[in-house]
Amino acid sequence: MKVLEVCSVSKRFDGRGVLDHVSLDLQEGELVSLLGVSGVGKTTLFNIISGLLLPDEGKVLLGGQDVTGRPGQVSYMLQKDLLLPYRTIEDTVSLPLLLRGVDKKQARAQANALFADFGLEGTQKQYPMQLSGGMRQRAALLRTYLFSGQAALLDEPFSALDSLTKRAMHRWYLDVMERIKLPTLFITHDIDEAILLSDRICLLTGQPGTVSHVLTIDEPKPRGEDFALSARFLEYKKYILSCLGQR
Amino acid sequence: MKGKMPAVAAVAALLVLWELVCRTGLVPAFMLPSPVQVVQAFWAERYVLLEHSVITLKEAFLGLAIGVFLGCVFAVVMDHFRVLRRAIYPVLLLTQTVPTVAIAPLLVLWFGYEMTPKVILIVLTTFFPVTVGLLEGFSSVDEDAVGLLRSMGANRRQIFRYIKWPGALPQFFSGLRIAAAYCVVGAVISEWLGGFGGLGVYMTRVKKAFAFDKMFAVIFLISAISLGLMALVSFAQRLSMPYRKHDIANDRRN
Repeated sequence: MKVLEVCSVSKRFDGRGVLDHVSLDLQEGELVSLLGVSGVGKTTLFNIISGLLLPDEGKVLLGGQDVTGRPGQVSYMLQKDLLLPYRTIEDTVSLPLLLRGVDKKQARAQANALFADFGLEGTQKQYPMQLSGGMRQRAALLRTYLFSGQAALLDEPFSALDSLTKRAMHRWYLDVMERIKLPTLFITHDIDEAILLSDRICLLTGQPGTVSHVLTIDEPKPRGEDFALSARFLEYKKYILSCLGQR
Repeated sequence: MKGKMPAVAAVAALLVLWELVCRTGLVPAFMLPSPVQVVQAFWAERYVLLEHSVITLKEAFLGLAIGVFLGCVFAVVMDHFRVLRRAIYPVLLLTQTVPTVAIAPLLVLWFGYEMTPKVILIVLTTFFPVTVGLLEGFSSVDEDAVGLLRSMGANRRQIFRYIKWPGALPQFFSGLRIAAAYCVVGAVISEWLGGFGGLGVYMTRVKKAFAFDKMFAVIFLISAISLGLMALVSFAQRLSMPYRKHDIANDRRN
């Protein structure tokens, strides 16, 4: 079943086309990544899906309902972690609950129940400043998850991390996804990351950007290191590179 | 405390130098009292000074409270309605170009010698730094953070409460610190120009009597009060921004 559907969305800024009839969909429990070079309009597309931005053409359907230009429906994790420096981790993370009118005590309790799952035990009363890059990213992910929309949008959640931390985060993320099964759209410009994490990859290319190829990664999950070093992995990578090179 | 040592040493050196200048007779004693004489004058006049201080502080606090409140209201309203910002901001700026010594006599003529004109003058001098600080703070807020909250379905009030207000706190306190320094000065200036009590009135009296030692005593008292108020603001800031502690700890480590 399609959870999220983007139907032929176009967007122009000051007469310059950014997105040209972009269509894609997201199935139940699926992770789809949007892969493309910087400036191809990936973040713009996310802003449209999340309802922060209105498309010039096309619409966004969530669970079959038109949610175009209506924020507050999908969980959106922006490129920066945006943990608020003046709130403790538990209070930053429980923000989506507070916004919905849940009282502070209950929001904290609900958030705290998930700290262990997200590898954040003991950071409840700390401030974002005190956390490492990987921890901050986990906290931002937990906040995104606590919003509990029907789908999640993650904009380059791991791009700011060093490569070793990133690997650890991938392993952890795949593990969490197995449990929570939240349908997720994922922006990245890291080909390896896309192949490792995704069920499908949409390649966004061109100026204005459009979905030029959709590729299914037919590989059982969880995927370990050996997949990342396998010949099949390299084949996927080669194919993607050739697609991106065709422009 | 370690970081304050050079400043303490500098002040001590200045005081010693001053005492020496007086003792050696470089400057005639009737023109410049020595620090020791100032302290003696202060002690002799302590009850009188206390009485006047209470009056001045009352005016200062009342004026500061109203000024800060108005400053916040102006900033919030101007941030909310862009048109009002364009309309009001230049007017507010204009009020700051008029020297306080010029408005004070007018206020006395309009409102008499009691507290009202003094409080009004203090309000006029204190609301501005608060407004400017807050406005700057509001506009320095990360647009992405606002976007994040909007994507979570937050309304404007919630965005204000969770993002804008806490984000503007550092600038608010900078403004408040300036306002706290201004409020005592404002009170003293308005007392110079007419009143029945307060440190400003005391100052004009001792000036007429050419009592330089008392003059210096009251000058030091006024700056001590200003410093005390600023320390109070810093204390309030530490209380309301506990996360700053870690900021500083981080800076030290790096």
